[in-house]
Amino acid sequence: MTWRYILPYVLVMAGVTYLIRMLPLAALRKRIKNRFFLSLLYYVPYAVLSAMTFPAVFYATGSVLAGGAAVAVALVLAWKEQSLLTVAVAASVGALIVLAIGG
Amino acid sequence: MTFRKGLRDGLPIGLGYLSVSFAFGMMAVRAGFTVAQAVFISATNVTSAGQFAGLTLISAGASMYELGLTQFVINLRYALMSLSLSQKLDNSMTTLHRMLFAFCNTDEVFAVASGQKGLVGRRYLYGLITLPIAGWVLGTLLGAAAGTLLPELIINALGVAIYGMFIAIVIPPAKNDRAVRVAAVAAAALSCVLYYAPGLKNISSGFSIIICAVAVSAFCAWRFPIRVDEKEDAAP
Repeated sequence: MTWRYILPYVLVMAGVTYLIRMLPLAALRKRIKNRFFLSLLYYVPYAVLSAMTFPAVFYATGSVLAGGAAVAVALVLAWKEQSLLTVAVAASVGALIVLAIGG
Repeated sequence: MTFRKGLRDGLPIGLGYLSVSFAFGMMAVRAGFTVAQAVFISATNVTSAGQFAGLTLISAGASMYELGLTQFVINLRYALMSLSLSQKLDNSMTTLHRMLFAFCNTDEVFAVASGQKGLVGRRYLYGLITLPIAGWVLGTLLGAAAGTLLPELIINALGVAIYGMFIAIVIPPAKNDRAVRVAAVAAAALSCVLYYAPGLKNISSGFSIIICAVAVSAFCAWRFPIRVDEKEDAAP
């Protein structure tokens, strides 16, 4: 595709994404005091990451079994508090093994 | 909270991004983009789900309006994250620095920054985003230039890397805090309901994430409010 064709598209994508990220960060300079709201914000990252992972991980490789193996490996290693990289690589290896044996 | 500590915490994110952006670069070339265009998209957007959706829409000749709206829905979760992170920044994060840092406030950067004890500052945050941006752009370049040469098996297996990273972020705090455990399990369950329930299939994945995040966080905030004074004391 030509640059002329994709450039407006990419700039719209980048602009929308950037504004969504930037406006709340730049505009909200005060400390929030409301206890309910503070609590809500505390739980947001865990809820977001968890919702992004399930059920998407089961469809990430084309094999539900391989996705399941990756989850099992990741849960065990994360429970043992291994680093992000160790867990991510081990999950991929777990999925690879299941894919290789035709799961 | 130095630049160096940020770099160290950002390394696993950057390596994790290598595999995901590798897949992105590969798919972009398959969809008809040049290597340089794929890299340009990654360098200007720095977002996984939004970019993958963008590939499909752009190559299908969608309207600007549709593209913008899709990005808005898929990426609206970042507004929640930025809102949440705005409460953790120290005084070194002036408006200008907030505007610069916002460019790379990804899911993982946000999760790692919020996992720090107390407030976080400019040096740490710039250290934290350096390797993820580098990994995201470099992975796209490698995937676009050479992705089609790799065996399909390995490419598919790499698809779970990002989820392994998510699990590694959520589990350690969930181990020690029952409320976080409830939030994680409830969000996963609700996300599955939205995905599988008949009639709800038309909800886009971006919108589903927002529903889960808001519903579950509000429930946990109501049932397990955090101790506010403790949070303020945690400032360095």
